[in-house]
Amino acid sequence: MADYKLMKGNEAMAEAAIQAGCDAYFGYPITPQSEVLEYLAREMPKYNRIVMQAESEVASINMVYGAAGAGFRAMTSSSSPGISLMQEGISYMAGAELPCLIVNVNRAGPGLGTIQPGQGDYFQSVKGGGHGDYKLIVLAPASVQEMADFVFLGFDLADKYRNPVLILSDGAIGQMMEKVQFHPYTRPLVDKSSWATTGKPKTRDRNYITSLFIQPERMEKHNLKLEEKFKRIRENEVRFEEYNTTDAEYLFVAYGLSARICQKAMDIVREKGIKIGLFRPITLYPYPYKRLEELATQVKMMLTVELNSGQMVEDVRLGVNGKVPVEFYGRMGGMMPTPEDIVHHLETLIQYHHAN
Amino acid sequence: MPTEEHVLPETALDVVTPACHEEEYEVVYHKPATMVDVHMHYCPGCAHSLVHKLIMEVVEDMDIQEKTIGIAPVGCSVFAYDYMDIDMQEAAHGRACAVATGIKRLMPEKYVFTYQGDGDLAAIGIAETLHAVNRGENFLIVFMNNAVYGMTSGQMAPTTLPGMHTTTSPDGRDVSYYGAPIKVAELLANLPGAVYVTRQAVNSANGVRRTKKALMNAFKYQQQYKGTCLVEIIGNCPSNWKMTPAEASRFIDEEMVKTFPLGDIKLPQPDNLKTV
Repeated sequence: MADYKLMKGNEAMAEAAIQAGCDAYFGYPITPQSEVLEYLAREMPKYNRIVMQAESEVASINMVYGAAGAGFRAMTSSSSPGISLMQEGISYMAGAELPCLIVNVNRAGPGLGTIQPGQGDYFQSVKGGGHGDYKLIVLAPASVQEMADFVFLGFDLADKYRNPVLILSDGAIGQMMEKVQFHPYTRPLVDKSSWATTGKPKTRDRNYITSLFIQPERMEKHNLKLEEKFKRIRENEVRFEEYNTTDAEYLFVAYGLSARICQKAMDIVREKGIKIGLFRPITLYPYPYKRLEELATQVKMMLTVELNSGQMVEDVRLGVNGKVPVEFYGRMGGMMPTPEDIVHHLETLIQYHHAN
Repeated sequence: MPTEEHVLPETALDVVTPACHEEEYEVVYHKPATMVDVHMHYCPGCAHSLVHKLIMEVVEDMDIQEKTIGIAPVGCSVFAYDYMDIDMQEAAHGRACAVATGIKRLMPEKYVFTYQGDGDLAAIGIAETLHAVNRGENFLIVFMNNAVYGMTSGQMAPTTLPGMHTTTSPDGRDVSYYGAPIKVAELLANLPGAVYVTRQAVNSANGVRRTKKALMNAFKYQQQYKGTCLVEIIGNCPSNWKMTPAEASRFIDEEMVKTFPLGDIKLPQPDNLKTV
C-alpha cells in the first residue's frame, strides 16, 4: 500500500502528471495555480520530460497542440482568465481530435475578477467555450485525492476518445492541503501511428493534423463523426457519487468544492431528522441527467448549491424535467457559503414548499 | 458529356507518343517525389506553389522525408499539407511557431519548419514568432512576405508598403495612421536566438536558385547549429496586386526591395555550433 502524502491540490495534480507519464507540460503563471508550473519546472527535468513556461496561455495551448499532434501526452493548466485565452486552441484541438489534458483551477470572474475560488466557468467548460460544435470531457474533483486521480483518468479518456479532457477544479481545492495517495498506474497502450505526425516513412501515407474541411459536405461529415463520438462518451463515461440517497426525501446537488460544503450541511440536517441526500456529479460532461431523473421520482425537492449565479442548476432542471422543484443557492465573487448558510436556506425552502 | 469535337482525336496522341523515346533524352528536371501529384489551388504567377516545390526539393535532395514535419498556417497556404508529401500539422492563425515548439521540443532529432505568411506571422502571430526565436527554437521559419492578406483577398498587411493600395487601404497605406511596414527579418535577426536570417525573392531564375540554396542551408543548419533559422521570401501576388505575373515580378525588383532589401542578414557563427 502506497504511503499517504500531505500535498496541495495543485502539487498533487502536478505529481500525478509525472506519474501518469505526461511527456510535456506547457503553462503560464496565474494565481491560484502557479504551483503546477513551479512544481513541474523543478521535477520534470529529472525525468527528461519537457516543461516550458510559455509567453502566454495562447502559446501554451498551441504548444500542447503540437506535442499532442506528434503523439505525446501533453497538458496545460491555468485559471479562469487564462482558460478563456485558450478557448481558440481548445476548439482547434477538439476539431482536429487531439488528446490532451487541461486543468482549470477556477477563480471568480468575470474579467480579472478575483483570485479567490469560484465555479463561474461551468457553462464555458461544459457547453462549448470555444467556437463550433464540440464537447470536452469535464471532470470535477472535490478533494486533493481526486486532483491526482483525475489526471490519470483524464489522460486515459483523452487518449481513448482522441478528445481534450478538462479538469474543472477551483482555487480552494487547488490551494488546500490534504492527504493524498498515489496508486500504481499502468498506462493503457494506445496506437497513435495512424495519425500522429512523427515523420512519414515510405511505408505509409502522410499524416496530417487539421480541423479544416472547407467543403461543406466533408465538414458536415466530420461534424457527424464528432457527434457520434460525443454520443459514445455520453453512453459510457457518466460518473457521479451519491451520499444518503437511499431514504432521501430532499437532495443537495453540487459538484467540486460546493459538494464538500454540502456534505457538512447534509450531516447537520440529518442530525435534525430531515432525510436529505447529496448527489455529486463527477463528470460535468457527460452529465448524469438520467440518474437525476430517477431521483426526481423519489425526493420532494432538490437544492443545487454552486459558487456562481446558477449555472449547473440548468442541467439539474433538464434532468428533473419539472417533476420536482429544483432550487438554487449560491455565492459569488470568491465568497463561500458556510454549511450553516446552506442549512438555513434549505429549511426556509422546505417550509415554503410545505406551505404551498 | 463532351461532344465529339471535344474528344482528342487518336491521331493527336499518335503524333506525340511514338516519336518520344525517353531514353533518347537526358532528364534535366523533374518534380520532386516529395510533392503530392495534384493540381494546386494557387493563382497563376503566385509564389507559393514555387516555394512549396523548392522546400520539397530540399527535402528530397537531403533525403529527410521521414524526418520532416511541417506546420501549415492560416492564409493562402493553409492547404500546404495537400501538396507536400510529409507529415504536417495545421496551426491556428498565427500560432505556427508555438505548435512547432511543441513538436520540436519533443522530437529534437526531426526537421521541423513552419510556413507562414505576413498576416499570420507578423500580425496575429508576432508574439508566438518573436518568443520562439528568442528561445532559439531549433526549427526553420519560412516566411512568405507578399505585403497583403492573400486568402481574404488583398487587405493591408503589417508588411504593406507605404502608399500601397489594398482593399483596406484604398487610398494607399498611410504610415502616419498605420505605421511603417514591419521588417520582420531585421527585427528577428536582433535576437540572439536567431542563427540564420536571410531574405530572398523568387521572381527570377537566379532568385529561385538563391532561395533554394537558402532553404537548403536552413535545413542543414537545423542539425548543425543551435537556434532558429528564418528564410523570408518576397512572394509574388499578382491577383491581389492587380497585376499580370510579369508586372508582379517587376514590382518586386522596382518597389518591394526598396523596403525589403534582399540578401543575408545574419549568418551562423562558430559559437552557435551544437556541441554533441
